[in-house]
Amino acid sequence: MTKLLNNRHFLGLLFMLPAAALLLVFLTYPLALGTWLGFTDAKIGRAGQWIGLANFRYLAGDSVAQLSLFNTLFYTVVASVLKFALGLWLALLLNRNLPFKSFFRAVVLLPFIVPTALSAIAFWWIYDAQFSVVSWALVKMGLIHRYIDFLGDPWNARLSTIAANIWRGVPFVAICLLAGLQTISPSLYEAAALDGATPWQRFRFVTLPLLTPIIAVVMTFSVLFTFTDFQLIYVLTRGGPLNATHLMATLSFQRAIPGGSLGEGAALATSMIPFLLAAILFSYFGLQRRKWQQGGRD
Amino acid sequence: MSKYTRRDFLKTTAGAAAAGSLGVGGTTWSENALAQGKWAPEKGAKLRVLRWKRFVQGDEDKWLENTKLFTRKTGVEVRVDSEGWEDVRPKAAVAANVGSGPDIIISTFEDAHQYPDKLVDVTDVCNYLGGKYGGWYDVCKDYCTDKGKWIAVPMGCAGNAIVHRLSHLKQVGFDEFPKDTAGFLKLCQALKAKGLPQAGFALGNATGDGNVWCHWLVWAFGGKMVDNKNNVVIDSPETLAALEYGKQLYQTFVPGTLSWLDPNNNKAFLDEQIGVTANGISIYYAAKTSKDAKMNALAQDIGHANFPIGPVGRPTELNLFFPMMLFRYSKYKNAAKAYLAFMMEKEQYEPWQQAALGYVSHPLKAYEKNPLWTSDPKNLPYSNSMKVMLPNGYAGTMGYASAATMADFIMVNMVAEAVSGAKTPKEAAERAKQRAERYYKL
Repeated sequence: MTKLLNNRHFLGLLFMLPAAALLLVFLTYPLALGTWLGFTDAKIGRAGQWIGLANFRYLAGDSVAQLSLFNTLFYTVVASVLKFALGLWLALLLNRNLPFKSFFRAVVLLPFIVPTALSAIAFWWIYDAQFSVVSWALVKMGLIHRYIDFLGDPWNARLSTIAANIWRGVPFVAICLLAGLQTISPSLYEAAALDGATPWQRFRFVTLPLLTPIIAVVMTFSVLFTFTDFQLIYVLTRGGPLNATHLMATLSFQRAIPGGSLGEGAALATSMIPFLLAAILFSYFGLQRRKWQQGGRD
Repeated sequence: MSKYTRRDFLKTTAGAAAAGSLGVGGTTWSENALAQGKWAPEKGAKLRVLRWKRFVQGDEDKWLENTKLFTRKTGVEVRVDSEGWEDVRPKAAVAANVGSGPDIIISTFEDAHQYPDKLVDVTDVCNYLGGKYGGWYDVCKDYCTDKGKWIAVPMGCAGNAIVHRLSHLKQVGFDEFPKDTAGFLKLCQALKAKGLPQAGFALGNATGDGNVWCHWLVWAFGGKMVDNKNNVVIDSPETLAALEYGKQLYQTFVPGTLSWLDPNNNKAFLDEQIGVTANGISIYYAAKTSKDAKMNALAQDIGHANFPIGPVGRPTELNLFFPMMLFRYSKYKNAAKAYLAFMMEKEQYEPWQQAALGYVSHPLKAYEKNPLWTSDPKNLPYSNSMKVMLPNGYAGTMGYASAATMADFIMVNMVAEAVSGAKTPKEAAERAKQRAERYYKL
């Protein structure tokens, strides 16, 4: 026994056990269970029979599920691109020597700190068909004559939910990128300036390459968060109008819990995994490439 | 209700099992139920009850007070937990199938039909109550009986009615609220033409309000999701007629109803942006109990009416029904039955209904006489809710499929798609059929 306890490898394994157990119980098991449920016809509280790919086959032909896939992709792509652009811009601004620098940095984080459900309720009022403050202001200014139907028109609703998601997600991107910016040595900029580089060239050939590893990580997370968004939609529209804002996550919940079709809901949730994996792989094998990071091409 | 003093309390507890025969407080309860030894609570019985979370504080306070009274009379401890009404359903399903959880769950709609074999036969309780209080409304049997046995005790329903403005009716030449769908459409059109606050009905994924009025609309014209053999028959000429009518009605709506969730119509009505909507009694009470004089004046002008009757010639409402289910795994079935019966007795039920301000409509006919309904005549239409409603999943049998069909908003989506013009009525009905068949096929 003492001999064993003196063995480095054994000790290492022993010390890893608690962490491994936690991961197994709280991560691997639920994920595996969810995946398995997707291949059964389980109802809430009733164990299901294995039915193979039947759920997936049904979902592939289900017009609401198809719509939710489109909504999810549209939501993720548009929101992520805009979050990245705005986040980077904000980070660059905050990286300058501003008065009250720490204050601004703290304030910027606010949207991220407020619980989503809470900010979603604020947006729900902002977008309300009858009480929208935006519509009210525009009407008072004489710019429009009737209230904007933010959440009642399919495309308006999609764009409105995306705007709310961006508002919430920008601080995360901005603060992470700011951290990345601060690690870049000022001497590089000095050297570039001495060589006569324009501000754009400094950004393009110094900042961007050195920031790429951070961008890769941040955007991976951002895409994952956006793709799996639930709370915002659930508070604002519950997937309406006409299912135009149903994301895969919200539809999966609607089918699985209130609808009781646990198997089908799980299948829908499982269908998100390939997309999420693709996003991760892209960041791993794409954005993390040395060559890209050094500003070169393949 | 009789008052309880400390002395009564001592008597009750001292009497223990014999309490009933002492006739404490002189309630009919003790004479009828306990004295007959029908449901003498098991020794050391303790109960756990899970119910939907109150819509008004008075409901919860009174329910707990009645529960305490039960504990005092029987010595049975009862713990009551509550959850948002949409969350009770999944919990009840899990409890049913895992075989452990609260003894009694007060859930919604057709839950009793989702796991009838997991529920205790409560025919004795229901027969006793029905016999004593003028019988149950027909729809109770649809929701709570299975193969001739009662599998849940009906608690009542959260009734809906058409909330409207009395003065506006007059202004557009109506003496009373129209009783049929044709007159209703004329009224809504007249309101719009006259520039008065328009109609507004929720068309978003609004679990309560959306389902309530969309089911009424389709049923009023004879459309239905399934026939009595559970074949999906939603794609029918009757449904199309309902959707065509809905299209005309939608033209009279205030903008934005496609986005409406449950609270939107309440807010818009109280702000006088709409003048006709379907809702529980909550709008009226918010206005009546407000500290704002303008709101009180609005309350004066609010009228309630049961939903108009369509070409089928009879009421076709859907209301949020509450079954009280006693689970087989409960160790104290007698205590639970005693509790259910006790809470439904007149002495408890009527004051509780009053405390709930009419949010809950009664399932037993005798409670039509509850002074609540006549003390304020505006409450009256809500007293009819159980009388005029159809069961969910009409005209088929209730169970998993009818529940899932409602949860997936198939009816609401169909109506929203058709009336807004996003799809033709035919396309919308075909899609609804396709979606519903998935659930009814299993």
